[in-house]
Amino acid sequence: MARNGVVSMHWRSEKIDGFDLSPPDDEQVHVLAVDDSLVDRKVIERLLKISCCKVTAVDSGIRALQFLGLDEEKSSSVGFDDLKVDLIITDYCMPGMTGYELLKKIKESSTFREIPVVIMSSENVMARIDRCLEEGAEDFIVKPVKLSDVKRLRDYMTAREFRVKNQQIGNNNNIKNNNKRRLRETCDLSSSPLSMLFSSSSPSPSLSPSSLSSPSSPSPCLSPLPSPPILSYSAPCSPTSLDSPTRRLKMSSSD
Amino acid sequence: MDVIVQLQRQIVDFTASLYREGYVDDQFTQLQKLQDESSPDFVMEVASLFFVDCEKLVNNMARALELQAVDFKQVDSHVHQLKGSSSSVGAARIKNACIAFRTYCESQDREGCLRCLQLVNHEYAQLKIKLQTLFRLEQQIVAAGGTIPVLQ
Repeated sequence: MARNGVVSMHWRSEKIDGFDLSPPDDEQVHVLAVDDSLVDRKVIERLLKISCCKVTAVDSGIRALQFLGLDEEKSSSVGFDDLKVDLIITDYCMPGMTGYELLKKIKESSTFREIPVVIMSSENVMARIDRCLEEGAEDFIVKPVKLSDVKRLRDYMTAREFRVKNQQIGNNNNIKNNNKRRLRETCDLSSSPLSMLFSSSSPSPSLSPSSLSSPSSPSPCLSPLPSPPILSYSAPCSPTSLDSPTRRLKMSSSD
Repeated sequence: MDVIVQLQRQIVDFTASLYREGYVDDQFTQLQKLQDESSPDFVMEVASLFFVDCEKLVNNMARALELQAVDFKQVDSHVHQLKGSSSSVGAARIKNACIAFRTYCESQDREGCLRCLQLVNHEYAQLKIKLQTLFRLEQQIVAAGGTIPVLQ
């Protein structure tokens, strides 16, 4: 098996967790959930855990900022590297700092502004939804939160994580991967990247389906990657299947 | 075996009646989906938290409505909270009672609010009895060695 980018992701997790077959901590999506209602916190925590997320649940915007280390007065004792919050999901209506205010504070922070923030609210008010999305919220969920809502978030996070990891591969293996990305985007048969891709001299990183469907052990929680741009990665590029360029491109764009 | 089958039938019928009579809605089904071997008492735990929350909020509403000068915004805030948590657990009747309650808060109608408070209290007591019955039936099945049937 070639020691390439995607497969090494698979290999790396097995090496770190030699005895543990479950996805190691750094592969799990860590969600920071913010809600002043104890009942809602319990429900969202369970919804997230059953969807294979690591959860930290806090009861206020202030505590969320403290956890992230953004609060001026009291910082979390945990170092940034350990925190690795992948997603923040917050209630809108909270005493003290609202979810909207929390969203603004996070988007203002250079360290944390990249973290997707999802707002939950019992009120389905267009103006409120627009305001949050304009401020940079990733999504707006109308309460009560259901399994399908969390699954949607989970799928989004998986796709996002995968995109990020593949960008890392691209950085390690510039030319080939730049060409492949262009290939996927344009699906243009006449462009020169195609000839480079099919040259037999260099072994291309194999993007075999098995390594795409799950980071390490087969997990019932990780659903098939949904959105078209991501699924185009699933077209196998191993030299043996390079017989029909047209067929390969059709495979990648049809998903 | 007969005992288990009987109990299972009882649970199915009883649960169906809860939905039919509007005590619980689809969100309650969602909660049941979150219960499994790793969290076998999840629904009961959430229900317990909800009832504690409900009692606290009802008391707050009662106290606020007793005042000479009622702060309707404060009352509304308690009702809003209860509406939220009842919605999250699928307690449909309580949620609906809260929706009506809020309109009386808005119109600053103290008498109307007091009537709603009475209704909320009544629905809370009813639901508590119903769910305790359900949980008892479930415990009986498990004790008899059977499994809790899933209502489709």
